[in-house]
Amino acid sequence: MGFILVQILTGLSSAASLFLVAAGLSLIFGVTRVVNFAHGSFYMLGAYIGLTLVAVFGDLFGRGHLAFWSALLCAALIVGAIGALVEIVILRRIYRSPELFQLVATFGVILVIQDLTLWGWGPQDLLGPRAPDLRGAIMIMGEPLPRYDLVLIAAGPVVLLLFWLLLNKTRFGILVRAATADREMVGALGVNQAWLFTGVFFLGSFLAGLGGALQLPKGGANLLMDFGVLAAAFVVVVVGGMGSIAGAFLAAVLIGQLQAFGVLFVPQSTLVMMFLVMAVVLVVRPFGLLGRPELVGQGRQMLDDPLRPTGWRFKILALVLVALLVAAPLWLGDYGLVLLIDILILALFATALHAIIGPGGLVSFGHAAYFGGGAYAAALLVKYAGTPMSLNLVLAPPAAALLALAIGWFCVRLSGVYFAMLTLAFAQIVWSVVFQWGTVTGGDDGLLGIWPAPWASDRVAYYWLVLACCTAGILALRHGLHSPFGYALRAGRDSPLRAEAIGIDVRRQQWVAFTLSGAFAGLAGGLYAYAKGSVFPNEMAIARSFDGIIMVFFGGVQQLSGPLAGAAALTWLKDLLFRLEMWRLLLGLAVIAVVLLFPQGLAGFLKARFGRFVGIRPELSS
Amino acid sequence: MTTRRQVTAGMPRLAAIAALLFTTGSLAAEPIKIGDINSYTRMAQHTEHAKRGMQLAIDEINADGGINGRVLELISRDDAGEPGEAIRVAEELVSREGVDILTGTTLSNIGLAVASFAAQNKVLYLAAEPLADAVTLQSGNRYTFRLRPSTYMQAAMLAELAAENPARRWATIAPNYAYGQEAVAAFKAIMSEKRPDIEWVGEQWPALFAIDAGAEVLALSAAEPDAIFNVTFAADLAKFVREGGDRGLFEDTFVVSLLTGEPEYIDPLEDEAPEGWLVTGYPWDKIEDPAYVEWLDRYQAAYDDYPRIGSIVGYNSMLALGAALEKTGGDTDPEKLVEAMRGLEFETPQGVLTFRPSDHQASLGAWVGYTTVEDGQGTMRDWYYAPGEKYLPPEEMVAKLRPASD
Repeated sequence: MGFILVQILTGLSSAASLFLVAAGLSLIFGVTRVVNFAHGSFYMLGAYIGLTLVAVFGDLFGRGHLAFWSALLCAALIVGAIGALVEIVILRRIYRSPELFQLVATFGVILVIQDLTLWGWGPQDLLGPRAPDLRGAIMIMGEPLPRYDLVLIAAGPVVLLLFWLLLNKTRFGILVRAATADREMVGALGVNQAWLFTGVFFLGSFLAGLGGALQLPKGGANLLMDFGVLAAAFVVVVVGGMGSIAGAFLAAVLIGQLQAFGVLFVPQSTLVMMFLVMAVVLVVRPFGLLGRPELVGQGRQMLDDPLRPTGWRFKILALVLVALLVAAPLWLGDYGLVLLIDILILALFATALHAIIGPGGLVSFGHAAYFGGGAYAAALLVKYAGTPMSLNLVLAPPAAALLALAIGWFCVRLSGVYFAMLTLAFAQIVWSVVFQWGTVTGGDDGLLGIWPAPWASDRVAYYWLVLACCTAGILALRHGLHSPFGYALRAGRDSPLRAEAIGIDVRRQQWVAFTLSGAFAGLAGGLYAYAKGSVFPNEMAIARSFDGIIMVFFGGVQQLSGPLAGAAALTWLKDLLFRLEMWRLLLGLAVIAVVLLFPQGLAGFLKARFGRFVGIRPELSS
Repeated sequence: MTTRRQVTAGMPRLAAIAALLFTTGSLAAEPIKIGDINSYTRMAQHTEHAKRGMQLAIDEINADGGINGRVLELISRDDAGEPGEAIRVAEELVSREGVDILTGTTLSNIGLAVASFAAQNKVLYLAAEPLADAVTLQSGNRYTFRLRPSTYMQAAMLAELAAENPARRWATIAPNYAYGQEAVAAFKAIMSEKRPDIEWVGEQWPALFAIDAGAEVLALSAAEPDAIFNVTFAADLAKFVREGGDRGLFEDTFVVSLLTGEPEYIDPLEDEAPEGWLVTGYPWDKIEDPAYVEWLDRYQAAYDDYPRIGSIVGYNSMLALGAALEKTGGDTDPEKLVEAMRGLEFETPQGVLTFRPSDHQASLGAWVGYTTVEDGQGTMRDWYYAPGEKYLPPEEMVAKLRPASD
């Protein structure tokens, strides 16, 4: 009995930090519609700054309660100010852009903060200070419970209560609630949205920083904690319902309890459990436990010109490019070919992702699952069936498509951010299974020795194979989007109601597109496996999905030729920057610069600048 | 991270040039390039020190006149903790920079990926840090050698003393990924062989760097073990130690813990480092061997910081490569280098080490002892150096697991 009670209390205390972080994330999303990926970085900053302040205040005022708790509070305030600064300097400029822009911008912020933290605090893990007088444990029915857990257990409900008071009893709260319900209307009524958003960012970041600072006595600060908390925080926000603080609390408690009891009964399940819960909740209650459906017209639509048939001058340009690529072994060195192989494969992956993001209007956060799915299909065939490369490359796309078919069935019932989150949840489930099912997949040690067949083992031969496959894949996707199928898909994106009215089954259209996109991502994955000679769960991880999104974005969401430009730009940038010490800082700044300076992406910029020359008219909108 | 500028910067460069002028009378000799791939951003707390160790050795070898009048040049690259990136970087180092040898690598999966690349492209690869047994066993190949004692070897070192403890009910806790699973499997196998009476009463598998420490500690204490084998490390370890301490898990429980005595892991625990855990590690300030002390002085003079386990591994990896190059007379042909590396004997601050020809595993050992706190800082007591050659996987095991390749 005592054991179960203490287990419950332990679950509650581990829910506290998670709730604080998730509440901030949920608040920011609810009001500004920004999916703030940098939220985990604010959590990390809260821990590092808190650690420093506890030491500084301890020296100034003696190591008592006053110094300790005021240090935590000040750390959270500083993090809140940093959040507000990010909002003012970067995000405020791009609220009119599609949601993808803000997402990519916050991704740039993550990279910048990672390098600055390493630079400021050094690489070593730091142990958090203990809270004064709260070391050791108290006995509850004969079972020990750490004293500090009591603080954490109290912190959740207290913050929830303060939040309730803030949202219901103050003018700021009324505005926040109004903006969550209908942002445009609040703007129309003359509320200064800019400062409202800055305020919300301050508050949200403050909570993330407080979460990071409050967990110090349980652990400390390290450079991996930003991504560590991010996935869990997103799960809590989505399970609770995006924008709902009470929902976040409920979800944090639920996840905390599940983790606490999960390790007792299924100790191996630790990774997959959380995402399984999220997937089940989203399938049963698509908008989370306490969330409300997205208002129609709330999400910013991607404004897009109608597609035009490719002009002859552009076709000639494309032919010249292909000819140059075919002849590349003549004018490029060995390593140039290696880079080109990477670029082509990633371009195919990005084109497949773009088909669902751009014309499909559905942002998938989990496309690495199909890229990795194709790679693992090929590698598993090599390992268990010993089949030749050509057959494996043929089988990789259908295998990935099958995965996309199954996952897509659940996902296309949602749209907007919920769709994105569900694709992410499923991708994480697939990743966890591959990562932890070591006997079959090799776990994180991966599958090795996946080298090309003898006829393609020469680098030039393999390059031509990749060039042929990727060109065919990209052209096929392009053709599909110019066909009636593609028109129907875009109709469903631009106006679901009208599309339904003229007899298009929008969901089915999206489901098929999602599956096809998965198939092409799978082909890219299969080619990637043979290019690297091995496959690891990393090919399915969140970072790979993000790479895809950044490439699509770099190229320009509205451009069919964007992914190619994006893949080339990102691969080239990484190759260039990897040799430098603070490459993450530079890459992050580059990403932010592209967001701010080239909102149409590189291809969009080129099109606007030189489009007339190759027979394409510049964009009318955006 | 370093580029070539830094590599040859500072006083040692002048010394190297002077030495070259006198020994060969020529500056035209091409440097011998060594490519170092490491997780400089993902695992900064390790790799920074490995880098210092490598650089110190390179500077010393060059100050001594290099190899046959050619200086060694270290070219370092970050792999961002991604095996796919590591392969791209390896391609870049080999085809653009023209390196003759690959080395470095910290994470096991990256070590395995680069090993596979080395075999396919016939390049010598010295895996300095990765622990996975597969690097030299299941995925072992002609071109891959490994310096640091593997998971199996470290588990065997611990099992020797652990088996003498009367504890009969054992529980394990390890991060749920390949390294954790491998370590638990190896430790269990060796212990059960030495002590058939042992009962394994519980296994906990927290997710790597996402431990829910309170719940894990409760689950462990529910199994009522006499002894615990721990494989968690870094941030997970700090949380486990705190929760376990607060909840009294470690009172009257014998704990055996892999790697916990390494400065990388015990130093962040400060005065909360556990007392009396049996660990592998590196008591850097207590070793009194003259060769070691002299090295320690040189290291601290060069960097104004104390060495970590990464420093030793990095330093010795360059000594090994230097000795192999010396043996081939500066010839960088990979086949000749492989032959030179097999059974190569090289002098290090830890004595003369060698690479066993049958599995390419070096005989570098580890320090085994008990954790304690001195002057508010975690350290080791009653420790001894466990020489690697005593704990190498048995030859039958190598013959069974390692694919035939010459």
